[in-house]
Amino acid sequence: MLLDLKDIRKSFGEVTILDGVSLSLDRGETLALTGDSGSGKSTLLHIAGALEPFDTGEVLINGKALSGLGDAGRAEIRRDAIGLIFQQFNLIPSLDVAANIAFQARLAGREDKDWTAKLIERLGLSDHLGKYPEELSGGQQQRVAIGRALAGRPPLVLADEPTGNLDEATGDAVMDLLFELTETSGAGLLMVTHSPRLAARAGRRLHLRHGTLTE
Amino acid sequence: MTWPVLQALLGHWRRHPFQMVTLILGLALATALWSGVQAINAEARASYDRAASAIGGGQADELISPDGPIPLATYAALRRAGWRVSPVVEGWVDGPGGRVRLIGIDPLSAPPGTPAAMAAVGIEGGILSFIGPQGALLATPATAERLEGGSRPVRAVEGLAPGLAFADLPNALALLDRQDVDRLVIHPDQPLRQSPLTEVAPGLERARPATADDLGRLTDSFHLNLTAFGLLSFAVGLFIVNGAVGLAFEQRRPMFRTLRALGVSSGRLVATVVAELLVFALVAGLIGVALGYLIAAALLPDVAATLRGLYGAAVEGTLTLSPVWWLSGLAIAVAGTALAAVTSLWGVARLTPLASARPRAWARANRQTMLAQLAAALLALMIALGAGVAGHGLLSGFILLGGLLIAAALALPAALTGLLALAGRQRGTALREWFWADTRQQVPGLSLALMALLLALAANIGVGTMVQSFRDTFTGWLDQRLASELYVTAETEAQAAEMLDWLDGRTDAVLPIWDTEGEVLGAPAEIYGVVDHPTYRDNWPLLDAVPDVWDRIGAGQGALVNEQLARREGLAPGDPLPMPGGWTTEVTGIYSDYGNPLGQVILPNGVLIERYPDVDRLNFGLRIDPARVDEITAGLEDEVGLPPDNMVDQAALKAFSLDVFERTFAVTGALNVLTLAVAGVAILTSLLTLANMRLPQLAPVWALGVTRDWLARIELLRSVILAALTFVLAIPVGLVLAWVLLAVINVEAFGWRLPMHLYPLDWLWLGLLSAAAAGLAGLWPARRLASRPPSDLIRVFSNER
Repeated sequence: MLLDLKDIRKSFGEVTILDGVSLSLDRGETLALTGDSGSGKSTLLHIAGALEPFDTGEVLINGKALSGLGDAGRAEIRRDAIGLIFQQFNLIPSLDVAANIAFQARLAGREDKDWTAKLIERLGLSDHLGKYPEELSGGQQQRVAIGRALAGRPPLVLADEPTGNLDEATGDAVMDLLFELTETSGAGLLMVTHSPRLAARAGRRLHLRHGTLTE
Repeated sequence: MTWPVLQALLGHWRRHPFQMVTLILGLALATALWSGVQAINAEARASYDRAASAIGGGQADELISPDGPIPLATYAALRRAGWRVSPVVEGWVDGPGGRVRLIGIDPLSAPPGTPAAMAAVGIEGGILSFIGPQGALLATPATAERLEGGSRPVRAVEGLAPGLAFADLPNALALLDRQDVDRLVIHPDQPLRQSPLTEVAPGLERARPATADDLGRLTDSFHLNLTAFGLLSFAVGLFIVNGAVGLAFEQRRPMFRTLRALGVSSGRLVATVVAELLVFALVAGLIGVALGYLIAAALLPDVAATLRGLYGAAVEGTLTLSPVWWLSGLAIAVAGTALAAVTSLWGVARLTPLASARPRAWARANRQTMLAQLAAALLALMIALGAGVAGHGLLSGFILLGGLLIAAALALPAALTGLLALAGRQRGTALREWFWADTRQQVPGLSLALMALLLALAANIGVGTMVQSFRDTFTGWLDQRLASELYVTAETEAQAAEMLDWLDGRTDAVLPIWDTEGEVLGAPAEIYGVVDHPTYRDNWPLLDAVPDVWDRIGAGQGALVNEQLARREGLAPGDPLPMPGGWTTEVTGIYSDYGNPLGQVILPNGVLIERYPDVDRLNFGLRIDPARVDEITAGLEDEVGLPPDNMVDQAALKAFSLDVFERTFAVTGALNVLTLAVAGVAILTSLLTLANMRLPQLAPVWALGVTRDWLARIELLRSVILAALTFVLAIPVGLVLAWVLLAVINVEAFGWRLPMHLYPLDWLWLGLLSAAAAGLAGLWPARRLASRPPSDLIRVFSNER
């Protein structure tokens, strides 16, 4: 199993956000996680991405348990096993498009120039490689973020509202690319979204409500 | 309506208390250094004024005798002839706490406005406590302390000239062992009918008294140096203020826009922001002025020692400050705030209700800004060079200096960006490439602090090089000038003759050091005599001379002049030199004479005696085996009766001269360190201010697999590297600064030019210090980053942002 969340509980002070959530995801699978604002879907994604600690339960990524891992161990898992895509794109402003796309793959020591070139071409970024994030449109920035997430061929891709900042047409185009390239790379995709239309395109859908998951 | 607006604005500071502390701290430090220096200058000038008005309020003319002292009989004759004059005698007396200049006055005939005469009437016991055989000496509390425990009672009186003691004339004459007086002060109001001066006292000349301006002119360069340092520190402090105000304005842009949209007029908004800044300026100003007082109090004793040693100007070592000084300190704080906030205020004034709420990239690289700064740097450089090439005098020297520093500071961001781009071209790991690229992007956000650091480092290198060059030249010069092993001063010419007899056969040589004073080319000068001896031929520090200079001196021809006189009058070897007494000699050589504000002429000793027969023949330099110094000293004391104080060995004289030198630059050194400290604070506050803004840039890197620890280490390294690069760029700027100080400012201010030496080890030490300071400044933000909970970083990715 690529990603296995077992009975995850998470509270912020008195407020319980996740109340015994379990889910699993395999390679090549796509899973959409929906829910109302504040339902905890982003928190669940962050826990799955080894970004945020959890109170109880266990997270296994590629069979490796997160509980008990320190900052360095979690950073290693993020670097080697996970590609992250955020609603705000969160590109590195000081690096140009080419460097942004290659950044994580190079950090992990897994730069594959042929694959990166193919990604860049498919993402339509060949003419923008020397540009900096602030010079790109929202759609272009999100395409760079997808490229960055997939360049190292991580087994798991996590996307948090990937089209939340884009108009519908641009969002659709971006999602087409995300699904296509994730499939090509053979990664599993866990996506958080508000949009039922977007969620419908995933292989599986789960809904988070009052801290628990429903089909 | 204004109150709700003010409440909304002040809310920002409640949420960002550190920014408020930064703003107040920067402004307080800037004000402190500036007002501290002003306090020192004000105190010194007040002392000059008191010294000049010690007798006759500095206004009354005087009668002096070109032949020396004036007999009391002449005084009596003038009084009988109807002249309202008052006698004054001056000399040195030894007190238990050191030597003090004693002035004898007649309080009953002294002109109105003579502070000591007024004090004599006002002291406890009245004037009878001052006059009569047991009359007390009057002095300021500090000077009185030095005389306490002596043979005479001493009364401390506030407001007298510092460093002076006043006594009733008969008492002063007794203490000084004199029977005549030095001058007669003429009352401003004279009777209508009196006998002409030429009839009653034909040997006397009427002269203007020395004024505070004379002393002021002499010490101007010193005070100008202090002021320049104060200004530099003030500018460095303003960098902090500008950074804090600029950031606060950018962060509040959305609020300003909303307030405008809700109906607040542009004028009211600007007025409210100005009121807010005014409150900050006044609070910071009060703190700064108080700090300035402490700085001035700490530095004043050294300044007083410097002025006494270099210029003979007595300055009280304690501070008495007027309300005007406090108010001017507050005014400079307000003016500084206005200067630092003017661009931000302009931005608020132009803000429209529909302006973008998104803060512009405050800390982002901005090509246009950088180009504009480069253009301004070029302009400053041209002004500086223009002043250097076409200007004359101290002011153009300082314009050259200021222009160069401003140009260097403005060009710094572009230079750093270029260096970092060069470093980033080397392909390495992803993290390394990100490091260089990200560091380059941090330059605009840190540029103000780095400019402040550049200025402080350049000033440190420049002033350090000047002082060290001066020290090396000065010590070498002292070795040359103080070649004799023992210097002795006889009390009388009879004792001098007895001493010479005793010394016969006991020394290698006895060199007379006789001198007189006179006016050379319109300015007071010292005139010395020199005998032809290898001591001079081998050691005298000649800068320029005719080929056979010592042969000509030996033959009784020509004169040597010091560098100050030569530069002031444009003299060169071979030029004629008119001398007091209406005769002319020829300049045969020019010698360095550091630390002397006066012009100096050295004549062949025979010529000195022939032209100025009244010259005191009491001082001698003795060439002896250094091992015999103690034996000769003891012999002169026991056999000739020479007081120990009249014998100074070479080592003691050198130690004294070096002490004066060290004290002179102690103040400069202290201001140097303070300026560097302010620059360190600028870096710390900038890093802390930027720390929160950095999160959106660092969080993605963390999310992609770099630990917080690593990020913190990288942030620390970034501070150190930026400081180190700034230091590397500061070296050439500092060296140019040193050159300007040595070759332009010193020549204009003191009249001598020093050779420039380089001290790479000092630079290395300073470089390490600045890197350590930047490291320390970066440590706190880095530690904060390392210990930030992941939730802080995750918030960057959350939808609310």
